Amino acid sequence: MIEFSIIPLFTWLVSLLAVPAILLFRKRPDAREGITFLAAFLKLGMIFMMLPLIREGKILHFQFGEILPGIPIEFRVDGLGMLFALVASSLWILTTLYAVGYMRGLKEHDQTRFFACFAISLSATIGVAFAGNLLTLYIFYEILSLSTYPLVTHHGDKAARTGGRTYLSHLLGTSIAFVLPAMIYCYWKSGADINFTDGAFLDGKIGSSDGLIVLLAFTLGFAKSGLMPFHSWLPNAMVAPTPVSALLHAVAVVKVGVFCVLRVFTGVFGTDFLQKLDVGTVITYIAAFTIIVSSLIALTQDNLKRRLAFSTIGQLAYIVLGVSFLSSNGVTGSMMHIAMHAFGKITLFFCAGAIFVASGKKYISQMVGLGRQMPITMIAFLIGSLSIIGLPPFGGAWSKWYLFLGALDADQTAMAIVLVISSLLNIAYLLPIPVNALFRSPPQKGKKGSDAGIKEAPLACLIPLCITALAGLLFFLFPGLGFELAELITK
Amino acid sequence: MTEHFPILILLVPLFGALIVVLLGRERPEQCWVTSLVSLGISSIISLFTIIVVFSDKVQTIRYRMGGWEPEANGYEVGIELRVDILAALVVFAVTFVGFVNTIYSKTRAEAEVQGKVPFFYALIQLLIVGLCGIVMTNDAFNLYVLIEITSLTSYALIAMGNRRAVLSSFNYVIMGTIGASFYLLGVGYLYIKTGTLNIDDIRMVLGNDNLWEHQSIVVAFIFIMLGVWTKMAFFPLHGWLPNAYAYAPSMTGTFMAPLMTKVMVYVMIRVMLWLFGYEFVYSGQHVWKELIIWMSVLAIVAGSLLALARTDIKKMLTYLIVAEVGYMVGGAWLGNVTGQAGAFYHILSDAAMTFCLFIAASIIVLRVGDSRVNAFDNLFRKMPLTMIGFTVGALSMIGLPPTCGFFSKWYLISGGIEAGQWEYVCALIFSSLVNAIIFFRIFERAYFGKIAGVKEDLSPSDSDANPDTGIKEVPWSMLVPLFIASGFVLLLGIMNRTLFEWIQTALEVMNT
Repeated sequence: MIEFSIIPLFTWLVSLLAVPAILLFRKRPDAREGITFLAAFLKLGMIFMMLPLIREGKILHFQFGEILPGIPIEFRVDGLGMLFALVASSLWILTTLYAVGYMRGLKEHDQTRFFACFAISLSATIGVAFAGNLLTLYIFYEILSLSTYPLVTHHGDKAARTGGRTYLSHLLGTSIAFVLPAMIYCYWKSGADINFTDGAFLDGKIGSSDGLIVLLAFTLGFAKSGLMPFHSWLPNAMVAPTPVSALLHAVAVVKVGVFCVLRVFTGVFGTDFLQKLDVGTVITYIAAFTIIVSSLIALTQDNLKRRLAFSTIGQLAYIVLGVSFLSSNGVTGSMMHIAMHAFGKITLFFCAGAIFVASGKKYISQMVGLGRQMPITMIAFLIGSLSIIGLPPFGGAWSKWYLFLGALDADQTAMAIVLVISSLLNIAYLLPIPVNALFRSPPQKGKKGSDAGIKEAPLACLIPLCITALAGLLFFLFPGLGFELAELITK
Repeated sequence: MTEHFPILILLVPLFGALIVVLLGRERPEQCWVTSLVSLGISSIISLFTIIVVFSDKVQTIRYRMGGWEPEANGYEVGIELRVDILAALVVFAVTFVGFVNTIYSKTRAEAEVQGKVPFFYALIQLLIVGLCGIVMTNDAFNLYVLIEITSLTSYALIAMGNRRAVLSSFNYVIMGTIGASFYLLGVGYLYIKTGTLNIDDIRMVLGNDNLWEHQSIVVAFIFIMLGVWTKMAFFPLHGWLPNAYAYAPSMTGTFMAPLMTKVMVYVMIRVMLWLFGYEFVYSGQHVWKELIIWMSVLAIVAGSLLALARTDIKKMLTYLIVAEVGYMVGGAWLGNVTGQAGAFYHILSDAAMTFCLFIAASIIVLRVGDSRVNAFDNLFRKMPLTMIGFTVGALSMIGLPPTCGFFSKWYLISGGIEAGQWEYVCALIFSSLVNAIIFFRIFERAYFGKIAGVKEDLSPSDSDANPDTGIKEVPWSMLVPLFIASGFVLLLGIMNRTLFEWIQTALEVMNT
């Protein structure tokens, strides 16, 4: 049931319109951040306005212009897009709050540019979430790559520059080299129709070997999903300020990558057709490889943000793995994991940033006994870790459960074992951090007793991470909405 | 009135050129106004020509010079101008770029060619007459004459530049003359075999007498192609181009770089489809189709790599032109309408983006006083307006939506896929990636500036020890053209569907 609606346009536009206002108020930081908050709340509000309609099974649709024959700029809100938009825009509010605390706490430079680029990135993220055809998706995907570049390289030093170079070369390079030709090939094969509709547009129009190449080109070309071998931009992007790492490199940017992969599987090929072509297994193996290898690398990282980055690579591969099972349980698991991992990982990043703001510590080996100083942060870190690992009573349990079911549905026992092993690896690289911090005493310094008292990060940093940690718990108790939206896609 | 449009487009700048020379003795300061007016009129007329041609009653304007009626058997006697939608679009591009470039030259002409200002304006208007004539004429020999007019004027225009320009111009004279001779030879063969010079008539005679298999026709085709390729700097015949455009006066470079090669690509498409016809050009008996596509692949790859290796901004841009010529030759030779129309669309979009980039580069070289890439250090802060224009052009070169460069790449790649020429598709993507490296290297410098403590491999004349040396934006007469150009880069992108449909319809006729 497709219904015309102008709300998707405004949802996309509101954060874009905030940009000139942010620039205008560059001399008055409070007003500037006020505008960001206003835009963020408006965005979330509009998404909530659309939510009941989507839950009724409607699809909201808006289009303008026809940029290529048969291909307009089109917004189309369905369950998958809704889920992602909900996650991204609700976390935007929290991240803004957090960013205010973080950026002011560290007295960062160029904060106007920072918040302006952040708003553009969010606009592009919503653009991807609501994209109604492959070209619209691609355009917003590229805008996201470009608009996050100033954020990644915010510090402007040599490390930032190198990181930024890796970032852009990977994201832009793969999208031009793989996605663009694959998209044009689809356009040609499907007879100028690359619009996402109820059925997949490439269904039955492509052979098995071509299909495999196109699928690979898409899956690897959307390198924001962090699949190996195009994953190394993500650890390098950790030179960015922590709010960027938190929202963009745990939620928006990386989830845009897996979101695009999900779209390719469900909207371009269709899982049934892929089953017929019998090409999903290749992706399964790439994803499984990524999961194991990135978890192993994560074990060796001492820099907390880098460890989290490698953990993100592994968790993203779960999502790709789930959808590559081509079963409805797998897709449900993937969609749930987009939300669950977003809340879990953003908590961890918030904690990493809070630790850095409060104590200036970046390395895990320095954090032993830090729990005395920052108990709230460390407890939140523990909750986030447990959710990522997938233990009840935290949200991550649901997505892991469905991923596991998906593996069994697809008769991929090996993959079920991969999931188990990787969960163990998750425990190995995540849990020691909060456990050591909370239960071991800090190494004796003998200099001054400043370690003794509680010294948490500013409240603006602390509140968001408590909320996201709590959300992890709530999602376990009330996962209904996620399943409902997933059902709209898998039915 | 409307039927006289084609000749008016030519006559206005022609008389403008004469007036400028006469006026120049007494009032040199009025040369600028005069040429601005004459080119403005000319571009308005060409805009109206597009409208006239597009209105569905008149698809093609045929203008018989001197009113010579054709013979009873249908053969033309006089010289004919022929304007269809394709020609109208290119003519508009030529006159409009000429007009905008004249705005740009307001302050530069005085500074760069002191004492020769009237001659500069006279020559540039003659050049525009020549280019428009090339596009509109329907006579193969006239085409040669007009090519020579453009060549002679451009030799003089280039030689007005700095000391190195003279040698580059001489280089161009040699190569240009050889190219023109090849073309003339080819036309000679055709004339011997067909007895006519009118393009449509030649095609008709070739068809009626079934001369396709004749050796001399094949040789004529090869000669003409070689001549046209030399003129458009198709790799490896590109040797004359980089120096000529880089050392010419800046306002000459900004005009010639976007237009000269593109007009010759148009001539190639004309010769292929109108003079010889698609059956002959794409027929399976000749090996050249595959060969030429591979040559265009080579041109794209080599042009991109050579551009990557340059540190001089203008040189880098000129090598990018070499690569872009490869795009268009390849697209035209794919043998399907999508490819041809893509190549044609790329004529327009490449003109817009090259114009944009050349103006921006000229402004930057002028203001910073350094033509190497390190001129860009910190420019986003120092010259934000110029950098916005530059960025639009650069993104288009890389091929990011919604700039026109993305869509021309889209159509060209579609054509390549349709023809199954994967090597061409790969070359296009390769070139996009290399362009991304080239331009993001520049953006990085412009965004961050030089990193303190990093020793850079540059010569001692590095003048930017102090990052704030008071570099300011240029006067409006240079910024306005830049913004018009970057506006067109976006406009062509947004309007691509409409334009592409017009082009496709016009070309489809020639492929059936």
